Amino acid sequence: MKHLKTLVAAATALLTVAGPALAADPIKIGEINHYKRLAAFAEPYKKGIELALGEVNGAGGVLGRPLEFIFRDDNGKPGDAVKIAEELMTRDGAVMLTGTILSNVGLAISSLAGEKGYIYLAAEPLADALVWESGNPYTFRLRTSTFVQAAMLAEEAAKTDAIRYATIAPNYAYGTAAVEAFKENLKKLKPEVEFVTEQWPALFKIDAGAEVQAIEAAKPDAIYNVTFGTDLQKFVREGSTRGLFDGRKVYGLLTGEPEYLDPLGDEAPEGWFVTGYPWYGVTDGPAKAFVDAYIAAYPDDTPKIGSLVGYMTVQSIAAALEKAGSTDTQALLAAFEDLKVDTPMGEITYRGLDNQSTMGAYVGTIAVKDGKGVMVDWEYKDPVPYMPSDDVIKSKRPAE
Amino acid sequence: MGLFVAQLLTGLANAAALFLVASGLSLIFGVTRIVNFAHGSLYMLGAYFGVTLMQMLPGAVGFWGSILLSGLIVGLIGIVIEICVLRPVYRAPELFQLVATFGVILVIQDLTLMIWGAEDQLGPRAPGLKSVVRILGEPVPQYDLALIAITPFILLALWWLIARTRVGILVRAATQDREMVGALGVNQSWLFTGVFFLGSALAGLGGAIQLPKGGADLLMDLNIIAAVFVVVVIGGMGSIPGAFVASVLISVLNVFGVSYLPQSTLVLMYVVMAVVLLIRPYGLFGREEKAGEHGQVGEPDRPIRPADMRGRLLVAALLAVLALVPLYGGNFTQVLITDIVIFCLFAASLQFILSTGGLVSFGHAAYFGGGAYAAALLVTYAGSPMELAFLFAPLAAGLLAIIFGWFCIRLSGVYFAMLTLAFSQLVWSLVFQWYDVTGGDDGLVNIWPAEWLSGTTAYYYFTLIVGVGGIILLRHLTHAPLGYTLRATRDSARQAEATGINVKRVQWVAFATAGAMAGLAGSLFVFSKGSIFPNELEISKSFDALIVVFLGGVKTLSGGVVGAAFMESAKDWLTRLEYWRLVLGLVIIGVVIIAPEGIVGTLRKVAERIGLRRTEEFLK
Repeated sequence: MKHLKTLVAAATALLTVAGPALAADPIKIGEINHYKRLAAFAEPYKKGIELALGEVNGAGGVLGRPLEFIFRDDNGKPGDAVKIAEELMTRDGAVMLTGTILSNVGLAISSLAGEKGYIYLAAEPLADALVWESGNPYTFRLRTSTFVQAAMLAEEAAKTDAIRYATIAPNYAYGTAAVEAFKENLKKLKPEVEFVTEQWPALFKIDAGAEVQAIEAAKPDAIYNVTFGTDLQKFVREGSTRGLFDGRKVYGLLTGEPEYLDPLGDEAPEGWFVTGYPWYGVTDGPAKAFVDAYIAAYPDDTPKIGSLVGYMTVQSIAAALEKAGSTDTQALLAAFEDLKVDTPMGEITYRGLDNQSTMGAYVGTIAVKDGKGVMVDWEYKDPVPYMPSDDVIKSKRPAE
Repeated sequence: MGLFVAQLLTGLANAAALFLVASGLSLIFGVTRIVNFAHGSLYMLGAYFGVTLMQMLPGAVGFWGSILLSGLIVGLIGIVIEICVLRPVYRAPELFQLVATFGVILVIQDLTLMIWGAEDQLGPRAPGLKSVVRILGEPVPQYDLALIAITPFILLALWWLIARTRVGILVRAATQDREMVGALGVNQSWLFTGVFFLGSALAGLGGAIQLPKGGADLLMDLNIIAAVFVVVVIGGMGSIPGAFVASVLISVLNVFGVSYLPQSTLVLMYVVMAVVLLIRPYGLFGREEKAGEHGQVGEPDRPIRPADMRGRLLVAALLAVLALVPLYGGNFTQVLITDIVIFCLFAASLQFILSTGGLVSFGHAAYFGGGAYAAALLVTYAGSPMELAFLFAPLAAGLLAIIFGWFCIRLSGVYFAMLTLAFSQLVWSLVFQWYDVTGGDDGLVNIWPAEWLSGTTAYYYFTLIVGVGGIILLRHLTHAPLGYTLRATRDSARQAEATGINVKRVQWVAFATAGAMAGLAGSLFVFSKGSIFPNELEISKSFDALIVVFLGGVKTLSGGVVGAAFMESAKDWLTRLEYWRLVLGLVIIGVVIIAPEGIVGTLRKVAERIGLRRTEEFLK
């Protein structure tokens, strides 16, 4: 009898301890990315996510539960990514999928998501097919589309009196789409422009000397550049050495992003008009709060566009979960419709029309300060005025 | 005219780094007969060491000194690789060292990431050579001219080394007849090590010397290795003047290709290689491979027999276990096993021509991806039902293999392998660039199975039946008359011809069959993933299959299947780790050193040792 009381007391004590532990069962989000293959981009992205997770969980989590990301590496292969996505959703108990940088992996996961009814928030992929030609109700995309960013550059180009344009873009789907978008938008604003040469170096295998010579031989008034990473570095060096950019306006897609601008150091191409992320230039508001928090958390590092995208991904997912009130897939799907999220870039919306977020882009001009390339005279542009009309988008998306 | 000259100079300058790396590879192959895939990694290390040293050492002396030092350091790393990884496997079957070098690539990739971090590094400009010179009105960078001046010096230095020194005599002798050199009392191990040092140092020099024109990044190794192989093959394996001529040819053609055919950047060098190989089957300066030159003389081969009762029972038990998986395993286990079975079928089809036929194919992914794309295109454009696509895929892949096989069969050995690679790259670049039809690298999506196969379990059983059926079919073919004639052509082509076997026709039929089975695997793949992208046609896919066949045991029948299952499971488990490439690379190197007969081969030896299997009479 006397042991029974101890037993009951012990059981109650155990239950009280176990109780809160049960309530702290985390909400799992499956994150698939190319951590080894594209380490330079995936690492800042992961840091942004971890910063946001720390803030969200520090404020009590989502729906009273901590938010947890399961990070998996797919080595840049769409086949493996599909397998890992299946594992995350069926075995590891993830509530939804997110991640990827490469567009082909994003498209593969998006197709799986549509077929099996998994929610997928594509964070970084630039392929517009994700929300247009191959869009489905279960796929959402955060990053500003290629079409919109190219349109912003085209708008600036139309203000000058350059008529002859040369383009150089990596020879794959992103490059082709970026050049098409620029041509379409520029011709709409200035029908008399002509494209005197189009260069298509193989991705990361550019023969920069040859490309520069070929462009110079066509004698363009201005150049549209889509190359990035090591291609950009080689192109800038050869072009500067051979005087390709003297007296010519160059428009660089994504060139102002710290991932691509920082490695150039003091060789950053001055005068280029680019899209990018001038984290050093924001002075107040949530943008500055993010920069300060990032530098405080990672003192040896500076924010990159990947960090911002990772941060905003977590914010979007947390907001969707809060709005849905549960982790049920259909509730989440409904919550993502016209979801509004407060981010360092202001308030963004996930448009019900095409599941694309209204994350915009910063545009500005490159200058060299203290031996590093920076964007000056920059401004943030909302993407909606640059998107194609609603009817065009509806016609591009597959019928549901 | 000025533009033409300037473009020519650009091409010549580009040839410098390429020639350095290619000459190192050619030298290593010429003497040791090892196809060193890690050569691109050595190039990358040369670049990274160069960047670090140039930051530490100032001025012009520091710049050129750093280049030489980088070459030296990479040469020493080459020695370490040769002693630790390659020496234990010299006695392995031909091309097995290839697998070891593949492990080395993975290890170096992760180590480089760990030491230097993920960010791309821009190389510094050469002091004193930072601007341009006007030649016929066109700007030519001074450093380009420096490179053009340096390259012939290096060629001359190498020529003098090979033609006028004792070391060179030994190298030339070993290139011609390695066994004789050993018989004459030369210490072969140290000769190999020395050659490896020189070859690696040249690769490191190439990486460092291109820094002012480029930089150091983590994808350099894979980006250059294909070009280096193309150059070495075009020039003729083992020939350094050939490497020089080929580097200049490829670089100059690339420059003019950029100007006049900008879309051709992906595929130009492969087209050139294919053309050269069809006109001169051993490259420009290469020579015919003598019989018995590949690998060292190892153990005599065991005869390949059909499985005995014990083996069949084992396989039946395994199949029973697999059939019961849906009862206790979840969705993901079925998906994983589906992936493994598909890869096993692909590997088995390669093993059919590799082990049984002795035909090394570097481009087998063309038929896997070809079958997958055939099925996907049929579904996308003709709206055809899934069943039809399954029938169409192997036929399409088989047809592709018939066409390519006709050209490839005319060559042999490494040149055959490289031509298969060239054709596979042609298919890849066609699919990659034909955006309107194939979707380019946005691929074809929403290729899902029909209703009756759309559940995970249903598709699992389907894959099990078709995949295992395909593997058993290939095994049956090996024991059929086709298989016996194929083995005859592998063991002694001359004798086979003498007995009336049409060697080329048999090889052609085998090649087409293997292609068709790979296409079947491809169709299973596309419906299991719901999408197909050009990366399934890439070189890395072909090499995945090649590696697992060797890992499993190239002299066995089931090696491909076992190796494939091992590799897929290992990768699935390991990629969860932070530095999984390092671990996977070490695992591969470990397996290669511990089990030079491959997994199955070593297991068989162990079984014989402990008495589970009867040892062959002629081995007692």
